[in-house]
Amino acid sequence: MLLPSPDPLLKVDNLVVEYSVGGKTVHAVSGVSLEVERGETLGLVGESGCGKSTLGRAVLQLRRAESGKVLFDGHDLTAMQGEALRRMRQRVQLIFQDPIASLNPRRRIGDIVAEPLVIAGVKDPAERRQRVHDVLSAVGLDPTLVAGRLPHEFSGGQCQRVCIARALVLNPEFVVCDEPVSALDVSIRAQILNLLEEMKTRYGLTLLFIAHDLAVVKAVSDRVAVMYLGRLCEVGPSEQLFARPAHPYTALLIEAIPVPDPDMKPTESVPTGEPPSPIAPPSGCRFRTRCPRADTRCASEVPELHPLAPGQLVACHHPLI
Amino acid sequence: MSGVLLSVEDALVELPTPRGNLRAVDHVDLTVDAGRTLGIVGESGCGKTMLSRAILQLLPKKARLSGRVMFDGQDLTRLSPEKLRKLRGRSLAVVFQDPMTSLNPVLTIGTQLIETIQEHLALDLAEARKRSVELLAAVGIPAPEQRLAQYPHQLSGGMRQRVAIAVALSCEPKLLIADEPTTALDVTIQAQILDLLAREQRRRHMAMIIITHDLGVVAGRTDEVAVMYAGRVVERAPTPALFKQMRMPYTEALLAALPKLDAAPHTPLPAISGRPPDPTRPLKGCSFAPRCRYAAGRCNTDKPVLSRAETAEHLYACFHPIETTASGRA
Repeated sequence: MLLPSPDPLLKVDNLVVEYSVGGKTVHAVSGVSLEVERGETLGLVGESGCGKSTLGRAVLQLRRAESGKVLFDGHDLTAMQGEALRRMRQRVQLIFQDPIASLNPRRRIGDIVAEPLVIAGVKDPAERRQRVHDVLSAVGLDPTLVAGRLPHEFSGGQCQRVCIARALVLNPEFVVCDEPVSALDVSIRAQILNLLEEMKTRYGLTLLFIAHDLAVVKAVSDRVAVMYLGRLCEVGPSEQLFARPAHPYTALLIEAIPVPDPDMKPTESVPTGEPPSPIAPPSGCRFRTRCPRADTRCASEVPELHPLAPGQLVACHHPLI
Repeated sequence: MSGVLLSVEDALVELPTPRGNLRAVDHVDLTVDAGRTLGIVGESGCGKTMLSRAILQLLPKKARLSGRVMFDGQDLTRLSPEKLRKLRGRSLAVVFQDPMTSLNPVLTIGTQLIETIQEHLALDLAEARKRSVELLAAVGIPAPEQRLAQYPHQLSGGMRQRVAIAVALSCEPKLLIADEPTTALDVTIQAQILDLLAREQRRRHMAMIIITHDLGVVAGRTDEVAVMYAGRVVERAPTPALFKQMRMPYTEALLAALPKLDAAPHTPLPAISGRPPDPTRPLKGCSFAPRCRYAAGRCNTDKPVLSRAETAEHLYACFHPIETTASGRA
């Protein structure tokens, strides 16, 4: 629906994910549709609570959706269970935000990276050792030095390399990266972003790259989807979206980034308030309570994602372009 | 003409650890003039938070501090706990990264504000209450009257940070230390909080230290920047001068490693290889030398001291500073 492509690797169709918290419903993902082409990186940005991580997890079926479809290479993951889903999971992997917390502190690096192979039924220990050795080298770690050590002996950046190795050891086609660098320092972040790009080429990956930092997302993404309170606001090619944002929320996000240049004095930000609660999202356009352009139509009518420029889609009644 | 409000002289902070002494702050000198804003920039473990805690005299019990912290004519390292308590909150205030560090979860916003005000200023309850409402309004909290009866958990992260700022500003401090005040917040909220801090700083003529890992945060909002690496200040300059011409290779590398909004997607980032040295195993030479592409000869054997560049205000600690011949940044 988003890009006229006959054969996307991932197609998410009208996905709805809701949580129940204290008897109330959290509308985490409310009808999101998107496609990820083979070999591309789709960046997914939004602020905390916008549902971007929930969407990533629902794609991998780590969180089952209330309704909607997730088609991976033509197969509907939402309809799969048990062994079929487990087999499919070998082709899709996840990298988390906190690299240290996502490694079992009591297991050795070599075993942690070998675990997916064990689960996938690779029985030959020699083959497992070889594949662990290869993938650790690929992510820039010396297998002979690290395989026997425990996670606490490593820094956050190195632990993220281990997590990336674990995600890649089964040769997946698709990897969801959920804030993979936001826990890392600037100098380490650049190393990991470069590594992800390198791995993408080497392993022929397709990536869904979830982050709150627009500059980070732009650095690695071919296309970017902007999410706000459970819905997509705008989708488009990275450069086009940053040069000519169509949705007022995209523009606000871009404007809010602190630029490391003292000549670019920060514009006193418009008082735009805070995102409302996903328990009781606003009617109509969910961004309208913070939007300078909002009018009565925005309160009554949900804006649908529609094409505006080549490849650029926006869900807004009063787009900026 | 404004004078020196804070002067940190040869501050050294050491923490005993099972692996040996960890030198968190290594001979740091800093000054902040009244009404000015200093940005302290560095990555985790560089000692920026320990330095701010040394200024506030809020170091962990086991930590050893030497050197002087002169604030408003007094050496804080020699003040009694009682006098320090009077000073903190009154003329020396702090805002932490996580607002729940400074807010009490079981007291209402009103109680916490009114208590702080009455502790330090001679106001009766009605006056303190009125002032609390004014402060909440000043930091951009809607319906401030009603908020007084609410608890911190009833507010969003951004609103909590506004309350923490209101508490910090309540007694008109001379110096506000903001330690990563927006790191836990979303980008649109970050911009609002930074604007708020800048506005209140100007309005109240207070001095401010913003501690951050983000060069973007200090660029538009500080008068001077000190860059820290491995416990030391490695470059210090007025903000425009620093961004126009970085002399210390670490500062330059840190800026280069940031993804740029105007760069095309998939542009490889000039990453800094390796990682910071183990603070319990200090290096003989420059701490950045193992990661520095300009390092040579005595970089590995001698420690460069922070010294003047061509202009009196621009200091850097480097034997092979980046040449100034080029017209500013590439």
